[in-house]
Amino acid sequence: MSRARADEEEYWHSSKFRAFTFDDEDDELSQLKESKRAVNSLRDIVDDDDDDDLERVSWSGEPVGSISWSIKETASSSTSSLEGRDSGLQKGSSSYAAFPKQVSSYSLSSLFKGRNKLPSFQSLSDALSDTGVKNYAPELRRPKAEYKDYSSDWSPKDTVRRMQRGKVCSLERFRSLQDKLVLLDEAVAGHDGNVITAVLIFLKRTLRREILFRELEVRQVALCHLIHFLKEAGEQKLLLDLLRFLDRTEEVALSQYREHLNIQDVEKRREFLKGCIGLPFSAEDTSHIQDHYTLLERQIIIEANDRHLETAGQSEIFRKYPRKASILNMPLVTTLFYSCFYHYTEAEGTFSSPTNLKKTFKIPDKQYVLTALAARAKLRAWDDVDALFTTKNWLGYTKKKAPIGFHRVVEILQRNNAPVQVLEEYVRLVEDVETRLNLATKYKCHDVVIETYKDLKDRIQLTAYKCKVERGSAEEEKINSILNNMQIRWKN
Amino acid sequence: WGCAQEDRGRSPQRDFHILFVPRRSLLCEQWLKEQGVLGSFIHREQYSLDLIPFDGDLLSMESESAFKECYLESDQTSLYHAAKGLMTLQALYGTIPQIFGKGECARHVANMMIRMKREFPGSQNSIFPVFDTLLLLDRNVDLLTPLATQLTYEGLIDEIYGIQNTYVKLPPEKFAPKKQGEGGKDLPTEPKKLQLNSAEELYAEIRDKNFNAVGSVLSKKAKIISAAFEERHHAKTVGEIKQFVSQLPHMQAARSSLANHTSIAELIKDITTSEDFFDNLTVEQEFMSGIDTDKVNNYIEDCIAQKHPLIKILRLVCLQSVCNSGLKQKVLDHYKREILQTYGYEHILTLNNLEKAGLLKPQTSGRNNYPTIRKTLRLWMDDVNEQNPNDISYVYSGYAPLSVRLAQLLARPGWRSIEEVLKMLPGPHFEERQQLPTGLQKKRQHGENRVTLVFFLGGVTYAEIAALRFLSQMEDGGTEYVIATTKLINGTSWIKSLMEKLEPAPF
Repeated sequence: MSRARADEEEYWHSSKFRAFTFDDEDDELSQLKESKRAVNSLRDIVDDDDDDDLERVSWSGEPVGSISWSIKETASSSTSSLEGRDSGLQKGSSSYAAFPKQVSSYSLSSLFKGRNKLPSFQSLSDALSDTGVKNYAPELRRPKAEYKDYSSDWSPKDTVRRMQRGKVCSLERFRSLQDKLVLLDEAVAGHDGNVITAVLIFLKRTLRREILFRELEVRQVALCHLIHFLKEAGEQKLLLDLLRFLDRTEEVALSQYREHLNIQDVEKRREFLKGCIGLPFSAEDTSHIQDHYTLLERQIIIEANDRHLETAGQSEIFRKYPRKASILNMPLVTTLFYSCFYHYTEAEGTFSSPTNLKKTFKIPDKQYVLTALAARAKLRAWDDVDALFTTKNWLGYTKKKAPIGFHRVVEILQRNNAPVQVLEEYVRLVEDVETRLNLATKYKCHDVVIETYKDLKDRIQLTAYKCKVERGSAEEEKINSILNNMQIRWKN
Repeated sequence: WGCAQEDRGRSPQRDFHILFVPRRSLLCEQWLKEQGVLGSFIHREQYSLDLIPFDGDLLSMESESAFKECYLESDQTSLYHAAKGLMTLQALYGTIPQIFGKGECARHVANMMIRMKREFPGSQNSIFPVFDTLLLLDRNVDLLTPLATQLTYEGLIDEIYGIQNTYVKLPPEKFAPKKQGEGGKDLPTEPKKLQLNSAEELYAEIRDKNFNAVGSVLSKKAKIISAAFEERHHAKTVGEIKQFVSQLPHMQAARSSLANHTSIAELIKDITTSEDFFDNLTVEQEFMSGIDTDKVNNYIEDCIAQKHPLIKILRLVCLQSVCNSGLKQKVLDHYKREILQTYGYEHILTLNNLEKAGLLKPQTSGRNNYPTIRKTLRLWMDDVNEQNPNDISYVYSGYAPLSVRLAQLLARPGWRSIEEVLKMLPGPHFEERQQLPTGLQKKRQHGENRVTLVFFLGGVTYAEIAALRFLSQMEDGGTEYVIATTKLINGTSWIKSLMEKLEPAPF
């Protein structure tokens, strides 16, 4: 009994909405009677100095022997006992012997609730402040109407009104389903989200799930509120049940999928994702979830393998370029880059080969080439880069082409400090003349500039370009010989 | 919260109080109770801030989640608070006789206002109404504007550095005081924090200008201030010197203000003259003028391939989707696949949110309404004048914010002229009148401006604010605007609020 009382007391202080306990409302009345008795006996020594605050009846600041002093004593002891109890509850120890005493002190201090200027609620815990500047007013000075809470009936409408104004309200009196629904409808009509949520919490606790769901199905606003609340409160299971009941299957799927973010352990996450595959996602999303699972599965294998290789110290690439991070949970393209970096030459059969990744995840050519290029360029493997773009046509001639513009290739090569000869080769392949000239000039690919101006038959530009090349260099000579070439029909 | 518990163990004298701003939330208290710490708080209060004044003509609730809650969760609690804020406003400034609105949320707020007025008849007061009209606008009536990059001075500061509660933090290098012979040894490392509001004369002058027009104002100002300081050479009599000295603080403040904004302008210019900014803006403007909104865009693809920040990508694809009334399924799938493969599959959740909000969705009706809306409302103006604008389209160098156009047309010639277009935009449009007590009906003098309060439900950008201020100061415009909103936003912060939080909750 004392334990229930202790819980009740704690909740009493911490929430303006009372918990449903096995105790009846009569308990509150007896508490109140006790308080009234206590105050009556103290009335003689009440000190009544007003301070500058018009609204309050304040005690003098003097702590000695006065009510405020005894309150402070109570407050500090009850604060520490609260602590004690908190930790006590957590440790499961049962040092509840002190509680019956505490009950009355709470009642005593509950008399002296501070009233604040700001529109607020009354809380019993107000009384526990011991800053010394706090002002207290005896509960009895409150208009009698305040006490109606405890024993009379507020209609649902009035209850909602009071809650909107932040006042203490017990919802326990609404026992029948009918009453509860009326209360909910009133709350919804009042539009205050906080109140709606409060009522929903009460209903969630006191109604059977099926009934709650059924009633909410026809009350859209309340339903949305509950869903939002469950999401925020992290009540995943109830949320999913509700969504399933409403047949909002895609939302169920996504909601469940979202949970994977909370799973840190990779193996567990992989298992979880596997379980997500069968969920009712949209067709497109299903393939993405499948890919997510497959990717993580691969990453786990690759990670284990590579970690082994790294520690064994035999593999050159891992020695030269030690890994900065694990590949787990990285996006697909990042994984592809990693694979092109560390496992480029592997055959399609292995899980870590780039071609395997490309095939499994249907990576488009464009993306593949870009990623492979970036990886090989970083390793300064110019031959590999070359091979990426070289294709043999049916006559056996090789020619270079790319699913991306060659200007992009040049950019990536340049970013990786490719030597000029390599750059030049690809600048030459840029189709758009203006872009080609821009890039060639920017990256000092003199030969390309010269050739292009020659093709354009632009004598003026070619002459002007002479000053950009070194005196006496091969390029200068080349320019001169072209300029002197009588056979060219110059444009200008 | 665990720390709070521990902490108490160490110092039992410490009191913990909790102050909920702007309002206490039951959810918070529930959670605190479950953690077993609720009772440890000596004092639990709420400090109700509904509408916070940010400037002489700007109020905001600063409710970050309002848009998400209203449009994704169908939770209209923030609208309730908006209505309460408006009731407070009316209590202070008089009942607003005319309410116009467009959008579901707008309708809801208006209904609540009317009901609140009915239920509290005692709130009828005898104040002459300051506001003639209230215009309530849902953010989702104009999803386009926040996605585009703002081009006003203040808008760019917000886009690049983020203005928080009128403060901005800037990289300190340009603000180091130049001392002789120090040679830049002791460069400050703390970001420079500046307050930006209309109390600063220079800022008030340049904040709403297109960025390209700011330079000339700054150089003119520099000349004026130099000249003013030169005056000291002309002051001969004691009286003149005295006068000069009395002006000194003001001149020094002006000079320091000029120095700050010159530095900021330089910082911004570095960004706006970059190739990437130009390319991004070009694509935005193509979309807004209706070009190629139905195919996969090369620049966007390139950016994804180069792994530019995800929010930048999302802004662009959403912009394309809005300018196309939704993307063709193939195009949408293509973008989604590329995004998920490049940034991670978990972003399915965010993409889902964006679809729900109407920002990135498949084209359902098979027809694109945007060109009609664009043409009828003249949203794209080719001949924009950035230096001396004659139209609100200067704030985006060509694009006139849809929301502000609606406000503009409401004032003159009225919404009846755009009925058809209004029907294409989501949500109902309506008009309500509130009875004023007799004797308070105001008759506007000839030449006196009407005052309209525009309330953006779901967020407003600085560029839109600039556009409304532009309308206010137009000669014979006839209306002055005061702006209220649930939150001051830019494209980045707005999209961010819709992104799914991907780290596991700390609790």
